Parts: sequence; C-alpha cells; structure tokens
Amino acid sequence: MESLSALTIGALAGIAVYLFLARDLPRVLIGFVLLGTAANLSIFAAGRIGPFVPPIVEPGMAALAAEAANPLPQALILTAIVIGFGLAVFALMLVVRAQRTFGGVDHSGLTEAEPADSDARAAAPPDSFRPAAERKAA
Amino acid sequence: MLIVAPFLIPLLAAIATALLRSHLGAQRTIGVAASAALLASGLALAARTSDGAILVSAMGGWALPFGIAIVVDLFSAIMISIAGLMALAVSIYALGPGAGRRDRAGFQPLFHALMFGVCGAFCAGDIFNLYVWFEVMLIASFGLLVLDRTREQIDGGVRYVVLNLIGTTIFLIAVGLLYGQLGTLNFADLARVAPSAENQGLLAAIGVMLLIAFGAKAAVFPLFNWLPAAYHTASMPVAAIFAALLTKVGVYAILRVFTLVFGHDAAFFGPVFGAIAAATMVTGVLGAAMHYDVRRILSFHIVSQIGYMIVGVALMTPAALAAAVLYVVHHIVVKANLFLVAGAIRRESGSFALGRCGGLWCAAPVLSLLFVVPAFSLAGLPPLSGFWGKLAVIRSGFEAEAYLLAATALAVGVLTLYSMVKIWNEAFWKAAPVGARVRPWTRRERVAVYTPIAMLACVTLTIGVWVEPFAALAHTAAESLLDREAYIAAVLGADRALAEVAR
Amino acid sequence: MNPSPILRLSAPMLLWLSFAVSIYVLVRGHNEPGGGFIGGLLAAAGVLFYAIAHGAATARAKIRLSPSVYCAIGLAIAAASGAPGFLTANGDYLDHVWWFVDIGSTLPLGTALIFDLGVYVTVFGTVSALFLALVGEEA
Repeated sequence: MESLSALTIGALAGIAVYLFLARDLPRVLIGFVLLGTAANLSIFAAGRIGPFVPPIVEPGMAALAAEAANPLPQALILTAIVIGFGLAVFALMLVVRAQRTFGGVDHSGLTEAEPADSDARAAAPPDSFRPAAERKAA
Repeated sequence: MLIVAPFLIPLLAAIATALLRSHLGAQRTIGVAASAALLASGLALAARTSDGAILVSAMGGWALPFGIAIVVDLFSAIMISIAGLMALAVSIYALGPGAGRRDRAGFQPLFHALMFGVCGAFCAGDIFNLYVWFEVMLIASFGLLVLDRTREQIDGGVRYVVLNLIGTTIFLIAVGLLYGQLGTLNFADLARVAPSAENQGLLAAIGVMLLIAFGAKAAVFPLFNWLPAAYHTASMPVAAIFAALLTKVGVYAILRVFTLVFGHDAAFFGPVFGAIAAATMVTGVLGAAMHYDVRRILSFHIVSQIGYMIVGVALMTPAALAAAVLYVVHHIVVKANLFLVAGAIRRESGSFALGRCGGLWCAAPVLSLLFVVPAFSLAGLPPLSGFWGKLAVIRSGFEAEAYLLAATALAVGVLTLYSMVKIWNEAFWKAAPVGARVRPWTRRERVAVYTPIAMLACVTLTIGVWVEPFAALAHTAAESLLDREAYIAAVLGADRALAEVAR
Repeated sequence: MNPSPILRLSAPMLLWLSFAVSIYVLVRGHNEPGGGFIGGLLAAAGVLFYAIAHGAATARAKIRLSPSVYCAIGLAIAAASGAPGFLTANGDYLDHVWWFVDIGSTLPLGTALIFDLGVYVTVFGTVSALFLALVGEEA
C-alpha cells in the first residue's frame, strides 16, 4: 500500500512538472492542481495508511476508537484543499484575463513586463551611459 | 488579548473597509487608524517581550502541541512593529496620487488582508499555520499586484502567481513529510524531537525542501527571478509594501525554522546558506547595475540585500543573528522609503525611466534631500542605519572567520553605492530633459507623499545616530532565537509531559 | 451562451433547493460530516446554476448584496465568534463557549456553531464572487 501511494504521488508530481514546462498557461495551471493533489496525498500518507475506521467519535463514546484513522492529516488536507482551490480559481481568472488581454494563452507572448528589446522602450540607458559615438549617431 | 491583536486589527480593518465599499473617505480613515493601531500593538508586544519573555496562546483552547499555537517572542514583536510602521507609512502614502482609482478597485480591503497574512505569519507557532498565513498573504498580494489590470501588470502577475504557486506547493509537501517523519508540526515540539530523530538525512532533505519554499518567497539566489519581473509593474504603494514585507516574511520563516527546527544541523546548513547569501548579494547588485528604470533598480536591490540577512543564518552565531535582525529592520524601512521616493520621482518628472527624468535637484530640493537618506543608508554610509547593519554583518563574518562572505558583503556595498549614485545623477542632478512638463501638485498630494517619506527618513536617521537600543534589542532577539530550550519550555510548559505521553 | 429551456426553468428551483440543502448540511456539521465550508459551496453552486441559466447580472441581483459584502459579513461573524473566548478561564481567542439550552432534551449551542455560520457565509460570498466573475467573463 505504501509503495502504491508513493508511486501515485510520484506519478502525479511527474505529470505536474511536465505540464509546468508547457507553453500555454492553462496546462501550467492544471499542473499546479495535480502537484497540489500530490502534496495532499503525501500528507495523507504521512498519517499512516491502513484499514481504519473514520475518525468520528461514536455516540455514547468518550474517545476515538483504537482503530480510527489519524484525524490530523485529514484536517490539514481539508485546509490545504480549500487553499489550493482558492489559489487555483484565482490563477484561472488571471489566465482568462491574460488570454483576453494578450489574445492567446501561450506565455511566450507575454513580454510586457520584461521587454527583451529594452532599447526600444523607456527604460533604455540614459545618454550619459552610452558610448560617445553612439550618442552622436542618435 | 494583546497577543491576537496583530492579526485581529488588520482582519477587522479588512472587513470594515470591504463593507464600506462606496464610502472611500471612511475606508481611508479606517485604513490609517488600523495601521496606527497595528503599530501600537506591535510596540506593546515588543515592550512585553523585551526582556526575552515569550507570549503563548493556544487558540480555541486545544492543548499544545495539538492545538494552534500563537507565539510571540521579541523577534516576532519587532517584525510586527516594523510591519505596523510600514502599514502606516504606506496607507498615508496611498492617499496621494491615484488614490481614487486605486481605492475604487478595492485597494483598502486587500491591503489589510495582506497585513493580516503578514502579521499572522509573524505570530504563527506551528509550521502548518505558517503555511496558511503564507497563503492568506499570497492571495491578497495577487489581488494587489493586478489592481490596475494593465497589460504590464497581468504579465507580471502571471509570472508572480505561477512561481509562487509552485513554491507554496513544495512547502506543503515538505510539511507533509515533516509530519510523517516527526509526528508533530508545532515549532516547539519539532525543536524538541528533531535533534533525536532517527533519520537525520531525511530530515535534512525536508529542510532543503523548506529552504526552497522559503527561498522562493524571500527571493534568494537562484529563485529570485519572479521578483524583478513583477514588482515594478505594481502601483507604487503596493510595490512599497511588497518590497518592505513580502520577501522579509520569507526571511523571517528562514530565521525561525532554521534556528528552531534545524538548528542542531547547522554544520550542514551553514555552508549552504553561506553560498546562497554570497550569490544572492552579488547577482542582485549586478542585476541592478544594468537597469535604468528606478523601480527595477530598486527591485534588484531587494534581492541583493536579502543576501545580507541570510549571512546571519549561515554563521549561526549570536552576533550574526543579531546583525540579521538589525539588518532586516533597517532594510524594511529603507527599501519601502526608496519605493515611496520612486513614486514621488515619477510624480515629479512623469517617468520611472532614468533617461527621461532629471532636474529634480532644482525642481524638488526637499525630495532630493529625503532621497539621500535612504539611498546612502542602503549603500551603508555612516551615520545612517545601513552603516550599522552592514558593520554588524561584516564584523560577525570576520569574527566567525568567514572572510570570503565578509569581503563579498563589503564589495556589494560599493556596487550598491554605484546604483544609488546612478539614480542621483540621472534623476536629480542632470538637467531636466527638454519639454518635460509636470502637472502641479495639489496640497493633499504633497502632504500624503512627503509625510511618510520624511517619517521613514527620520526612523533611518534615528537608528543611525542612536543605534545602541536597537542593537541591544536585536541582540536579545537573536539570543532568544538561539535559546531553543526556553522556547520549548515557554510553549509546551506543563503540557510537555502530555506531548511525551502522546507519542 | 444559450442555456436550454430545462436549465432556465429549473435554475430557480435548484437555487432554493441548494440553499435548503446547504443549511441542512451546515447544521448537520455540528456532530456529523458536513459543516460551513461544504454548505457554503452548495449554496454557491445554486447561484452558479442560476448565473449560467440567466446570466451573471441577474444572479447578482438575485442575491441582493454584492458577493464581497457576504464575504466580509461572514468574516465578521467568524471573527466575532472568537470574542467570547476572552471571557473564559484561559482567556484565549476562539476558546469555545457553550450554552446548554433545555427544550425537552438538551440543545447544545456554542460559539463553534457561530464560527461555522461565519465560514458558511464567507465561503458562499467568495465562491459566488469567483463564479460570477468567471461566468461574466464568458458572456
């Protein structure tokens, strides 16, 4: 069971990394969701794996049954799922917005924040930083 | 009640400003008042912890180490105070140019949500809680970064979001592995069991994963690329608060976790941090040297300065950690102030590009003087705060016989001066470009822009000329960071026996 | 977008049905699986259906307040539920305070329920805000 869950986590993480390398942003986003799932599974595996009953105190009992699963990783995963969901939805909205703004989801087209051709833009070196010959030509 | 104030105040401010959506005036009043209250709560906590005391609260009444611990020691209190000071400066500055558009887009609730996450992270007593605060901070910062929804911001936002998402997921995986290895997530309990863990190799691997996660947040080499790609696109108050606090939360997490949980393994992590610190200092300052946009120069300098703070964890001596604490305080004030000045340069000359500014020495002499204070402090000239910060870092380097690290820190200081002189020459000293026309300032803009800049410059000067109390506080904070037994005793206390039984 | 007549007609019913189920799930969460988060999601799912069928603007009008206001109200409720904790012996924020009301059998009411209600409203507000923004983008 341990090796199976380790393989699952590894496969998910591998697929996620593959998707991160894709050019279009929705794939990167799906990669993030898969990596989040891998993270959640790894927390789950950290809390022991085995044939357990749900960690709910039965009516009339004062404590968890001995064969109950560890409730803490489940609580952590619940929190992590909620947070991951929020982040993924926000990222999705950003991707939708980027698609509308730039007319595509291919991130190689996103060069607005760091223009490769800096001379063409306002952030070019001031005159005093250019060689004298170039300054005259300009 | 005081111990929850640092995150309850921003939370209530975020709620109130979100409810008062159309009343921009009321939002701004609440914003400034809440920031002042946050500063006051931080100072009160610092007064309570200045003798090295550690305040603990178990939220919801669950016994520690199982419940959610809120722990404030002197280092946390210092960070909360300085975060409050930044919040105050930035919320005053945000009343200035562009306030109407910014506030209608929802700046105030998001800003306080960001402070909620930042201050929560400073109070967190367990590592999963720290993760949750990171995410609160991250979601708020996403919203703030793309506030104006310009093309540039969406592009910068995508870079920021993707890299931070990967970073936090790695953090989450590391938390899971840590729990699997040690069976606890409370910092104090982790510090108690980590030295005696069976598989120290696996523990070190988990530490490296955490280092990647925190390093991406703190923008250390080689994980800093998102920062200069994104920060300069944000609107100026947002960039200032990001520059002041976001990376420093990463630094805080590194200082906290690698002293408390991995402190016993300093022999392994010390050289790693040393290499990271040197590479971060050098790449940051070289990146700044090749840029001619004020915001991008300053963004790269954030990266460079983070290296100085990491030196503290690399050496792990009381003097080095005290230097790191002092440096963090100095750097937050100075860097936020430089971003605020950059906003004023833009307002005065119409551009962030050095080629298009000029003549500010004549046009705005007060601004020029106010720029000199943080700029020379950043470069480390006496008698400003940066001098003492750099002196402490470099001296602790020599004392620990880390000559290469200390020499790097010295050389990087000189290159920092080059960048600052570049801004000075281009924006302030050279003649104004022909045909530059500036919309006259309104009185309100002038007050909103100059008050926080002058306030932060005064703080820098005060630390510079009257450094003893600050250095003494930093020293106490560093000693309590290294005193793991005191932290464990303060948090677990009587419940320590319980933790033993449960395992 | 061109929703089918079936969806258009069933959306209002689904909206109220999901609200009813969500309240049930919220209260059930007291002692059994359920709770504020899942309840809020269910309620927001009803709004999503409505928005797909009748457009984001109509759905926005249907829930009257802006989603972000719901979010703020929910956070306020959750934050306020922690305040009674200051009065307990430990004096820690968010400490549970209970009232055992006797109505034939004992009805345990506590600050945990108020907190859960806050989570419910927050999640409802946040998730509807995200859904409505995405549906609005689509149109």
